[in-house]
Amino acid sequence: MTLDAVLLSRLQWVWVIAWHILLPAFTVGLASYIAVLEGLYFFTGREMWFRISGFWTKIFAVSFGMGVVSGVIMPFQFGTNWSRFTDATADVLSPMMAYEGLMAFFLESSFLGVLLFGRRLVPAWAHFFSGLMVAFGTLLSSFWILSTNSWMQTPQGHKLVDGRFVPVDWLAIVFNPSFPYRLLHNVTAFYITTAFVVMGVGAWLVRRNRAVEDSRMMVRMALNLLIFLIPLQIFLGDLHGLNTLEHQPAKLAAIEGLYDTARPMALTLFGIPDDKAATMRYPIDIPNLGSLLLTHSWAGAVKGLKEWPADERPPVALPFFAFRIMVGIGFIMLFVAIAGQILLVRGQLWESSWFLRLCPWVAPLGFIAVIAGWIVTEVGRQPWTVYGVMRTVDSVSPSLTGTDVALSLAFYIVVYLVMFPTGIAFMAGLVRRGPQPHAASDRVESGLPSGPFENAARTASDS
Amino acid sequence: MALDLVPLWTILLALAVFHYVVFDGFDLGVGILYGLLRSENARAAAMSSVAPIWNGNATWLVFGGLGLLAAFPLAFAIIIPAVYFPILIMLLALVFRGVAFEFRFKNVELRRFWDGAFCGGSATATFAQGVVLGTFIQGFKVDGRHFAGTSFDWATPFVLLTGIALMFGYGLLGAGWLILKTEGDLQQWARRTGRVCLIAVLAAIFVVSIWTPMRNADIAERWFTWPNIGFLAPVPVITTLIAVGEWYALTRQRELTPFLGAIGLFSMSFIGIAISLWPMIVPFHYTLWQAASSESTQAFLLIGTLFLLPVILMYTAWSYWVFRGKVRSDVGYEATPG
Repeated sequence: MTLDAVLLSRLQWVWVIAWHILLPAFTVGLASYIAVLEGLYFFTGREMWFRISGFWTKIFAVSFGMGVVSGVIMPFQFGTNWSRFTDATADVLSPMMAYEGLMAFFLESSFLGVLLFGRRLVPAWAHFFSGLMVAFGTLLSSFWILSTNSWMQTPQGHKLVDGRFVPVDWLAIVFNPSFPYRLLHNVTAFYITTAFVVMGVGAWLVRRNRAVEDSRMMVRMALNLLIFLIPLQIFLGDLHGLNTLEHQPAKLAAIEGLYDTARPMALTLFGIPDDKAATMRYPIDIPNLGSLLLTHSWAGAVKGLKEWPADERPPVALPFFAFRIMVGIGFIMLFVAIAGQILLVRGQLWESSWFLRLCPWVAPLGFIAVIAGWIVTEVGRQPWTVYGVMRTVDSVSPSLTGTDVALSLAFYIVVYLVMFPTGIAFMAGLVRRGPQPHAASDRVESGLPSGPFENAARTASDS
Repeated sequence: MALDLVPLWTILLALAVFHYVVFDGFDLGVGILYGLLRSENARAAAMSSVAPIWNGNATWLVFGGLGLLAAFPLAFAIIIPAVYFPILIMLLALVFRGVAFEFRFKNVELRRFWDGAFCGGSATATFAQGVVLGTFIQGFKVDGRHFAGTSFDWATPFVLLTGIALMFGYGLLGAGWLILKTEGDLQQWARRTGRVCLIAVLAAIFVVSIWTPMRNADIAERWFTWPNIGFLAPVPVITTLIAVGEWYALTRQRELTPFLGAIGLFSMSFIGIAISLWPMIVPFHYTLWQAASSESTQAFLLIGTLFLLPVILMYTAWSYWVFRGKVRSDVGYEATPG
């Protein structure tokens, strides 16, 4: 058996980015949550906001630190394993990635220091402002990296010269057709993911009678956010799907498991896709529903995969199942949010131990949905790296042998299996300790080194 | 647009790389020396001396990497695959070393493991960077726009030498930093260790300076023909003067000079390499201009860089200012009680 450098490079990419993506999925939402808490503390002066903010800021710092170390690895992957892709696309994509580094890193790292250690050193408004800037930094980071990813999905604003992409119109490149939908869909997903974690942690603490006032507030805030965000997300997901139908119809056909063009199209709830025979086995269909959802008409036509040559079709199984997992989780989340909201409004929430017990179990659902959504969009883009123009097989570094990549992948697996569980255990320890009262919360617990402010804070308190 | 941005990007990238080498160099160097320290107090002091700033230093690696990608993408696409394994090892070593900062204090049962991760990670990352540098000087097999060699082309005696040399070089920077930031026994120890590193570094500079022109006739011609030899003579002369000064600074009770002297030696080596390879960015195939990205790309990124870079530098300088002076035992990480 020979090892295939392309397949292994793809697996390596999956391994390093799937771990990495879990961190922004959490930190983007958490940074905004902390900014809100800091704002509430600034405007009301209530101790509770301070404690909740301090609690989540420590957890934020650890996950942010892990996000940084696993993020450093990402840009080098473009060079080590995807050098032909890099050579072809760098003129267009590299400044966007560089801007992510410059803008997001600058904002996040400088203001995170103030947020963590600057409470005693800077005026209250400046501390609040730092919270806003950290949140803004994570959103800028999402902006640039999702714009980059979207350009690979729906490229425009360039011309091709000798097989390489040359920028013509930067506005068109940055704001390519799928970008606004992807950005909104992702950021909303990140917020929902965080809200479920906050709710799960809050409910867990409530059941153990730890910092009950603070923990109840976490659950209440999460529920009040989710009742708006989940319906919004379902709406945004629908828009994103329609955008995919317009710009990447083959991906949409794979998501729906649709091999033959259909008019009207039935919605396949479930089935076993068979790419070789280009047919769906054992399908469970609902007639006309596909047309209704996708074309918003009773008998609208939707293109099937057979419209494309076999070597331009994405594999169906992964996007098909991952999409059903994502949507399924979306509806479970909707149910949890509505149930929780009803209990909250009726004033029965804190007596409903079944619900509080459920919350920690559904806390990781957002992460699974994010990974599933990412599989849908990335596998659905295949066999292309730049949709319709550059193939994945033509993107890999020519010098690599299968053995090289197998070796490097093994290294990445071993190191990540040490690093990530240790970090997660570390955050679990912080959760178990719960929110701390005022005096104890200035201690260093971060994934980052103690910042300049902490030293000065100590000096100030010593004298 | 008629404006040629390549020289500006060359300078920016060179400064970013040099900044990285000096700044992450000294904290990696402290990590290497850390393994030689035996007492718990000395280890804690050494780690605390770099704890507040290492993270900022390491980000210059990302700037360097992304800068090379954005300004000279062809170089990125050829060089990085050529050093596939050194880059892999460097990244993983940096990950281990980075988390060791935190976990060492939290995870008392596994402290010896994380101590090892810190020292071993620092040493391995440094060696890997030396290998990348050596491979760069050695040059690459190129076919069209791709690296055409194997993933083990870098493994030559010359490259292994530069790998080991850089460990001593960062060791010297680290010793200079410890002399600046600590007192008493630890400082004296850093002076002695610094002298050992200095001798090794000078030997390495000497060997590389002879070996490089021997490997490549063009480089030999650049340095050793008239009138170049006259213009370039100051490079070895100044290097020698700095070396002598560094030895005295390490012997006498100077506190800042050993660190500055180490930076001086690094600057001269940097200049030496630049003179040898100019104007190549992919030795000996593509010049800076041939490997540059499109004008539009360079201009688009330059606007933001020129605005953000000074702010980042100011913030960096300020955080060093806040942490000025000798390491105090109560600054830096603390162990979680119980």
